[in-house]
Amino acid sequence: MKIKSVLLSALALALAVGASAKSVELLNVSYDPTRELYVDFNQAFAAHWKATTGDDVTIKQSHGGSGKQARGVIDGLQADVVTLALAADVDALYDVAKLIPKDWQKRLPQNSTPYTSTIVFLVRKGNPKGIKDWDDLVKPGVSVITPNPKTSGGARWNYLAAWAYAKHKQGSDDAGKAFVSALYKNVPVLDSGARGSTTTFVQRGIGDVAISWENEAFLALKEFGADKFEIIVPSLSILAEPPVSVVDKVVKKKGTEAVAKAYLEYLYSPEGQDIAGRNFYRPRDAAAAAKYANVFPALKLVTIDEEFGGWAKAQKTHFADGGVFDQIYAK
Amino acid sequence: MTLFGKRKNVLPGFGLSLGFTLAYLGLIVLIPLSAAFIKTAGLSWADFIAAVTSPRVVASYKLSFGVSLLAALVNAFFGLILAWVLVRYTFPGRRIVDALVDLPFALPTAVAGIALTAIYAKNGWVGQWLEPLWAAGVQRLSEWIPWINWTEWVGGKLAFDRPGIFLALTFVGLPFVVRTLQPVLSELEPEIEEAAATLGANRWQTMTRVIFPELLPALITGFALAFARALGEYGSVVFIAGNMPMHSEITPLLIITKLEQYDYRGATAIAVVMLAVALLMLVAVGSLQTWSRRRLGGVR
Repeated sequence: MKIKSVLLSALALALAVGASAKSVELLNVSYDPTRELYVDFNQAFAAHWKATTGDDVTIKQSHGGSGKQARGVIDGLQADVVTLALAADVDALYDVAKLIPKDWQKRLPQNSTPYTSTIVFLVRKGNPKGIKDWDDLVKPGVSVITPNPKTSGGARWNYLAAWAYAKHKQGSDDAGKAFVSALYKNVPVLDSGARGSTTTFVQRGIGDVAISWENEAFLALKEFGADKFEIIVPSLSILAEPPVSVVDKVVKKKGTEAVAKAYLEYLYSPEGQDIAGRNFYRPRDAAAAAKYANVFPALKLVTIDEEFGGWAKAQKTHFADGGVFDQIYAK
Repeated sequence: MTLFGKRKNVLPGFGLSLGFTLAYLGLIVLIPLSAAFIKTAGLSWADFIAAVTSPRVVASYKLSFGVSLLAALVNAFFGLILAWVLVRYTFPGRRIVDALVDLPFALPTAVAGIALTAIYAKNGWVGQWLEPLWAAGVQRLSEWIPWINWTEWVGGKLAFDRPGIFLALTFVGLPFVVRTLQPVLSELEPEIEEAAATLGANRWQTMTRVIFPELLPALITGFALAFARALGEYGSVVFIAGNMPMHSEITPLLIITKLEQYDYRGATAIAVVMLAVALLMLVAVGSLQTWSRRRLGGVR
């Protein structure tokens, strides 16, 4: 994929020299599992931008753990746009470094999340432990793989999805806490990131079920064969909204504001939505959603705002030092 | 030892070269490290104490220092044997073995971690045989000595548990011992051993009274380097440790965890404690070395 982007930039450069069109470069700082999505999307956007304005745009991608990427931008990585795993990490750009305005999430439709995902289960072929829903994960003898929520954005979604399920079933936050405590008793390994966790489950053969991003589960299936693994969709899960934002201070300095905005807006276009669906992210747009309806099973999805009062609050209650997650492991 | 003795140094350019040394050290080592201290200074004393003494952090100190020490000791022992073999014997492929020793230096530690995990996981080449044996051994120990929680102390598995951490730290520390011992060993003249023999020493005496004292300072240096390296190691360990809170979390992982929460001060607070303890230990090792040199090393 790197070669591809290098070739693309070389091509863009050649075009730029040939024609006297303006040539701009954007840096999109994203999280781990979006590599494939943005390789696809960047190509489409570059063509679109060329067709509408005549200018050439080259988009560089940077991927890594969501929190780590946000820290990179805070510490001076010149990102024109960020496309991260959760709003808390984008919030940090405001909280820590004031790179973006406080109300950044209101600037684009649907909480600035052009595509969504959810949390599902990946099990071994034939589902030998008969995993159907969240309740099966806390049974004795079932080994569950999920990363450490303190270091992984994806793992926080996993944890909150489990909590939301128990809360809905039994109607109280105490039930949520009891449920996640029981769940983490069944976790033998806490990897530091989502990709590491998938590797532990898929390649090391540890665990009966991995809690995973939906798109990551599809990728694992594509990569390692549908004859080895199955995706199980629980009755209830969380609506994971990976948000996007322009980094105001950087684009103002680089003079790339217009193209950066257009880049993010293009994610909402029919073509952008189709690319999202093709890469296993749930599109927001009704037409694209209908097209991929057979890929993504319907399930009850709850949002973090309804259930947990937003990311800032969830982060503080559950994942800060001394929070609920730490209490589970306190002796 | 009289580096700053009263008599004027005969070599010219002392001021210039010392100035350069200090500037270089300052730029590369002291300024970045003092940045850690300055960042920590933003914490109140109470917050600092709270950050560095929370139970999880304390558990990780014990683990990090304990396993690093163990790995360095094991490396000191096997490193000595390895260095001995490499210096004293010629055999086909010696150069290749010699080059292999450096591999842990060159390999990105993440690669080492992933490779070790792949091999020692329960479906790996070695792990599929060794892990059941290990588990059975721990089981046996628990039956014999039931008042110690062996699964807690030594870990019930190889990869994704404490033994994995030990393996990774041994891996990264090995070259330090071998490479510090090799030059000393090759400079040991055979005449010394011959002299010992003619004076009536048997082989064991020659080894323990003549050769070993000569090697000890270098061995201690190698041990200290391996230990320091193990303390700071992060990349390879996170892949193989399992990272369970209170059980297999190393201190560097907790630093990363704090960073992940944008808690820069908390992270540097832990780092400062690690730095301070590591520095103390290295100074202690240094004085042990001086002592051993005076006590056993004779002229050198």
